[in-house]
Amino acid sequence: MTAPIQHSTLQPTERAYPIGAPVLELDSISLRFGGVHALTNISFNVLEHEIRAIIGPNGAGKSSMLNVINGIYVPQEGTIKFRGNVLNGMTPTKAAAMGISRTFQNIALFKGMTVLDNIMAGRTLHSHATFLEVAFQAPRARREETESREIAEEIIEFLEIEHIRKTPVARLPYGLQKRVELGRALAARPSVLLLDEPMAGMNIEEKQDMCRSILDVNDHYGTTVVLIEHDMGVVMDISDRVVVLDYGKKIVDGTPDEVRSNQNVIDAYLGVAH
Amino acid sequence: MFYRETGQFRTSYAQDSQILPLRQDRIGMAFLLLAAIMIPFVANAYWLSAIMIPWLILSLVALGQNILMGYAGQLSLGSAGFMAVGAFSCYNFILRIDGIPFIVAVILSGVCAALVGIVFGLPSLRIRGLYLAVATLASQFFIVWSLDKFGWFKNYDPSGVITAQKIVIMGYTLDTPAQKYWVVLGIVAVLALLAKNMARGSVGRGWMAVRDMDVAAEVTGLSLLRTKLQAFAISSFYCGVGGALFAFAYLQTVEPSAFTIDLSFRILFMVIIGGLGTIIGSFLGAGFILLVPIFMNIFFHGLFGHAVDASIISASEQVLFGVMIISFMIFEPLGLARLWQLTKERLRLWPFKH
Amino acid sequence: MTGFLFFIEVLVGGLLSGVMYALVALGFVLIYKASSVFNFAQGAMVLFAVLSFVGIMELGLPFWAALLAAIGLMVLVGMATERFVLRPLVSQNEDTLLMATIGLTFVIEGVAQLAWGVDVRNLDLGIRDEPIGWVMDKTGMLISQLDIMAGIVAGAMVTALALLFSRTKIGRGLRAVADDHTAALSIGIPLKHIWMLVWATAGVVALVAGMLWGARSGVQFALVWVALKALPVLIIGGFTSIPGVIIAGLLVGASEKTIEVYFGPYFGGGVEVWFPYVLAVFFLLIRPEGLFGEKIIRRV
Ligand SMILES: Nc1ncnc2c1ncn2[C@@H]1O[C@H](COP(=O)(O)OP(=O)(O)OP(=O)(O)O)[C@@H](O)[C@H]1O
Ligand SMILES: [Mg+2]
Repeated sequence: MTAPIQHSTLQPTERAYPIGAPVLELDSISLRFGGVHALTNISFNVLEHEIRAIIGPNGAGKSSMLNVINGIYVPQEGTIKFRGNVLNGMTPTKAAAMGISRTFQNIALFKGMTVLDNIMAGRTLHSHATFLEVAFQAPRARREETESREIAEEIIEFLEIEHIRKTPVARLPYGLQKRVELGRALAARPSVLLLDEPMAGMNIEEKQDMCRSILDVNDHYGTTVVLIEHDMGVVMDISDRVVVLDYGKKIVDGTPDEVRSNQNVIDAYLGVAH
Repeated sequence: MFYRETGQFRTSYAQDSQILPLRQDRIGMAFLLLAAIMIPFVANAYWLSAIMIPWLILSLVALGQNILMGYAGQLSLGSAGFMAVGAFSCYNFILRIDGIPFIVAVILSGVCAALVGIVFGLPSLRIRGLYLAVATLASQFFIVWSLDKFGWFKNYDPSGVITAQKIVIMGYTLDTPAQKYWVVLGIVAVLALLAKNMARGSVGRGWMAVRDMDVAAEVTGLSLLRTKLQAFAISSFYCGVGGALFAFAYLQTVEPSAFTIDLSFRILFMVIIGGLGTIIGSFLGAGFILLVPIFMNIFFHGLFGHAVDASIISASEQVLFGVMIISFMIFEPLGLARLWQLTKERLRLWPFKH
Repeated sequence: MTGFLFFIEVLVGGLLSGVMYALVALGFVLIYKASSVFNFAQGAMVLFAVLSFVGIMELGLPFWAALLAAIGLMVLVGMATERFVLRPLVSQNEDTLLMATIGLTFVIEGVAQLAWGVDVRNLDLGIRDEPIGWVMDKTGMLISQLDIMAGIVAGAMVTALALLFSRTKIGRGLRAVADDHTAALSIGIPLKHIWMLVWATAGVVALVAGMLWGARSGVQFALVWVALKALPVLIIGGFTSIPGVIIAGLLVGASEKTIEVYFGPYFGGGVEVWFPYVLAVFFLLIRPEGLFGEKIIRRV
């Protein structure tokens, strides 16, 4: 399939946010679960404002890679630098505080809450009012609440999900849930967005919408995107650079064109039926 | 017909996120509050002291339990223990600090309960579900035992029972049922409003996020540690204040064993039957659990023409509550509150079906 | 009697009540292994089983007939639970199931009392709750015959269950179900039968536990609180491990009795009411998965 907008064909100068210095630098990351080597000696970087894809067959270690980046898993070896600083003792909360947001492969929405509340929950880091201020509706609590609401509404409009604003997310179809999850991640106004298979299980139309949303986010806010995706067409169309993993090892790292023509990739990845 | 949104447009988000966006709801609420204030002029002393006062107090405790269990998703079987902390703290504050205002003593009792709640909430950082329930059982048994065995808490009263002091506010002694009722109503109304504000704001979203998907909550930057302990503290605060009122406005003479695990289960039922994660459900559930035995008594009386053994009533009650919990879990996890909401929605559209 | 012998006496008493906690906990483990349900109602089932047994005997049935009838009744309870509570909730999360079984606890307790009344009943198993003569003569220790008997029965029960699990086709099926429902289906074991069987077994275990406790301290509602102590035992032992809960049961029984006897008097007694729970909390903080439970790894 082809997405209507092709990012990689744009000249760097045409982008509102030209690609800059490395935001994330991963150096020799290894992660094991008991005997399972989920990641072995992986190094790559992510540049400011780029769309970086991670691809690879099932079980290659892609999700583990994202989990390492935002501190859900702690690798046994290797270092991660964020904007030049080495990160030690990463936790998801710390990652969030540094401006890293994410979505999950298996949707991890707050099932009992409405779409609006889910997205507003993404504003956690921007809510500073204490529980007493909230209980007594102190000015700061009100101000933050209104601001969160405005930002959430802006995102809702951007994702074109106004009609389901007050629907509990558990009642939504899969595709919409994925979109709401993206909305929640965006609500934090992240500088880095990690997306784990945002288009899995979608039909072509939904995929195109999602692609456009991702590109728009990148264009509009300059958000750096790290994206896992199985659909090669999508990956090739929207990403600036691609890392290919197989059995926890990095086999190729380069532009979509380089990856497409690489024999290792064809053997390891394209050879596998999906 | 009268319950319509038509013609009421919300022009800003601030307006839309008011507590009661619909005018009818606001009027209804004002009306309800007014009615609640007027009740002592029509109800007799029995109704006030045996039904209205315990109902309001237990609603407050259920609200506390609901904050922890319904909103934050932390199963607790120890709410009666926190009530006991509140009750005995209040007694000791008034006993030992000369001239402490009653309201201050009540708030401080809530704070004591909150502190104890934080200690017993610590295991929640590592565990959940049944595991946490067992940890809260530990608090239940341990608290009641300590209050029972350490005489200081009871001012070494040889009978092992304390007698709650009179409620004195601004020099007035409030000891008629009506006066006590108003004190309770005032405190409960204010705390319910504060709970509503928290629940629908960022605080409540944090609790629900932890309840629904803790990893995702962390990823949005929420600290699980702080959120869970906060829920434990606030929940225990409500239970503690409820316990203090239970002792001072309802029981009068109190022993630690008034706060058994039986009471904890009762409060749990109130929350499940009333509606997990709803403020109104706490009130509905408490009312239901309190009234069922009374109605059952009347029912059996009508059926057999004479009073039946109390044990039969309590056993039938158990069966009924159990069946209701199972059915609500299967059919309508939001309990009575959801049924109430559905009725309201019907009214909104009435007389047109769709 | 020397202090040491007294200690032994206390310890034996504790270990034997521990065996019975373990027996209640065992019913729990069985159900948890097969269907991942925390059956909070296991304690209520203990009460219901033994109340029914005594009640049926009072109707004039002989011991064995009453025993069979009580077993039959427990199988029915298990089947009804499976059909009316668990099946409609099959895809729900753990907390919902737990709350439903808390509801079930109260249904069973209520029904038990409505059907059989609330009076304390004696259960005579033909073994007297008296010290064993020769032990008393030789050492001065008071060790109850009934306790020893209970220990033996419980031990036999546990061994039988362990064999059932490891040696028979049903047992293998059970373990397959516990590991993976679809896998169990694919090797041709009807899930429904297995679940029913598990509930029935849990019912029988509950009956045995109830009879032993009942013979010791009367058949009465308070059994429910005794059964509640199976919860800390489970947590210490781990929800999935039969050896785990047995060791944990012994540990809880022995420690609560020793502490009660040696330290209780300083506090006016009653320490054993809360001690097992606090012990469980300590275990939770150190080893959340229990003694032998599998480590819980969170996956995202
Ligand atoms: N929490 C965990 N515990 C144990 N093993 C794990 C865990 N998470 C991942 N693994 C293992 O690590 C390997 C890589 O898994 P990962 O989920 O990262 O793959 P993936 O590339 O995202 O695959 P998919 O395309 O199926 O999503 C797999 O073998 C998986 O079983
Ligand atoms: Mg993955």
